[in-house]
Amino acid sequence: MRIHFKTSYEHDIRLFPDWWSFLVYGVLVAIAVVLPWLMDDFFLGEVTNVLIWAIAGLGLMMLTGQTGQASLGHAAFLALGCYSCIIFMEQGWPFLIAFPAAGILTGVVGTIIAIPAIRLHGIYLAIATIALSILADDIIVLMEPITNGVSGKFAPVITIFGIEIERWTTPDRFYWLVLAITILCTLAYRNILRSPLGRAFAAVRDSEVSASAMGVHIARTKAAAFGISCAITGLAGALMGFYAGAFNNETFSIVISITLLMMIVIGGLGSIHGAFFGAVVVAFLPQFLSMSKDFVGGGSVAIPGLETGVFGMILILFILFEPMGIYGRWMKIRIWFELFPFARKDMFKRQKSYLKTERLR
Amino acid sequence: MSTLLEINNATLKFGGVVAVNDLTFSVDEGEVYAIVGPNGAGKSTVFNLISRFYDPYAGSLTFDGHNLLERNADSVADLGIARTFQNIELFDHATVLQNLLVGRHRHRSTNLMQEMLFTPKVRREEKRHREAVEEVIDFLDLQPYRDKMIAGLPYGVRKVVELGRALASGPRLLLLDEPASGLSVEETQDMRWWIDDIRKQMGITVLMVEHDMGLVSGVSDRVLALADGAKLAEGTPQQVQSDPAVIEAYLGAGAA
Repeated sequence: MRIHFKTSYEHDIRLFPDWWSFLVYGVLVAIAVVLPWLMDDFFLGEVTNVLIWAIAGLGLMMLTGQTGQASLGHAAFLALGCYSCIIFMEQGWPFLIAFPAAGILTGVVGTIIAIPAIRLHGIYLAIATIALSILADDIIVLMEPITNGVSGKFAPVITIFGIEIERWTTPDRFYWLVLAITILCTLAYRNILRSPLGRAFAAVRDSEVSASAMGVHIARTKAAAFGISCAITGLAGALMGFYAGAFNNETFSIVISITLLMMIVIGGLGSIHGAFFGAVVVAFLPQFLSMSKDFVGGGSVAIPGLETGVFGMILILFILFEPMGIYGRWMKIRIWFELFPFARKDMFKRQKSYLKTERLR
Repeated sequence: MSTLLEINNATLKFGGVVAVNDLTFSVDEGEVYAIVGPNGAGKSTVFNLISRFYDPYAGSLTFDGHNLLERNADSVADLGIARTFQNIELFDHATVLQNLLVGRHRHRSTNLMQEMLFTPKVRREEKRHREAVEEVIDFLDLQPYRDKMIAGLPYGVRKVVELGRALASGPRLLLLDEPASGLSVEETQDMRWWIDDIRKQMGITVLMVEHDMGLVSGVSDRVLALADGAKLAEGTPQQVQSDPAVIEAYLGAGAA
């Protein structure tokens, strides 16, 4: 087991606790960078898909995992990010301006929507945000002059400093673009977590009463969480638009919202790793299912609802047996090896929690 | 000694129930002031009034010249009022260190953009917060638990962490809601020394609700006895303990 002897405050603050983890993540990023030379275009596309889902997962994780506010409306923000980015580009804005602008716009809209929503808690908030998802669909159809309604839109070619990036013709460039955005989003996420705002998020999640007694403005903190979450989700939405190439009102349906929430639960709520693990499951499950169908010899047989069924079953199993998600399991396995042979079976038993002050609101 | 906290004719009703009835008392700077009373006397409700979780029906609350009624729950902390809770309200899924750092939230001086980019200023501030928190950890002997999750800590330690979180905010007035409830004899003794040191070394005024009369008479300068939301007696611990009205409220009529 690695023990960190902390000799300065810097040890607590810096991104990586020690050289070893710096090395591990460094190697991981290096492998990610050279991936286009190691993989064929099909699998590279799949990995790109995983990364885009991971960004969207990070967005929702900020809200649900860090601040404890469940949202089933994030497909609406994916849609907003996607449509606004592509509409900005159709106005002649370069990608490097249109893309961040789409994120900021989605964040601002998310904050405005949050103002009424933050009065709601738990299941009521989830229901209210479902309405968002459903509304987004209709709004896209109604705003046909801008959104092209049911017939949808096509993503233009991205040009950065004269370099053309397109999902199908240059999948490696598109992959690198997505990878860079993923790394930037992850870094921003980490920075927020290690600064006062991130701790305020955790405080709001665990006990609103004592958070406000410590000087945390509950409504403002929740609005900030919504804003950041929606901004990151908006960026992911724009990338999803480019990845799909064409999209309409049905691309970002309520099913996407639910998938996104399930994804972070399966991955592990409240951790960056969880967003990535969850994204791997979500993005690879359809491929895995069709491959295993080929394997058992039922390749041409269509089974309606197979994907959602399997997905739902995985979710139920996780909630029953591993509420901490894949990341929780990963940590347990790691600790088991690090402590070997001293790990005990009951080490991860959850303690009974003590009585909480009755909620004052 | 100047008056730090002043409560005048505060009344709070929940429907037909009068939780606090025309209560007037004041806490002087630098003293330890204890509130005692039987269950349901309205002790914690008084705390929740000061923390602005409840709006009083009538009356005024003044802290160092500031009208508390003009403030929200979160901006009460900005004045330098920190509190603990009767049933521990810590952030369970965070470490002890993170909990204490949330106590520093009122000193936050950076904005979202700076934090997202983690500018040198944020780094400098983080170090400053950690220095302040480390002093509290030293003071309360929390070193072994610094990086432990709250969810796995024993009750007694959580109680101390909650005190630490309140201290980390650098308060002028500390509200302790039953600091010794559920603690063992030794832990209560520790708590008593800490409260003494908080007052003498740090110069923080303490207002506490407590049932343990040993602790109350050991540390407090003045005691207020409450029953049914109204003042029963006020004075030194000895005066209050021997007050016939207090004995009657605790033991019933005729016991004295």
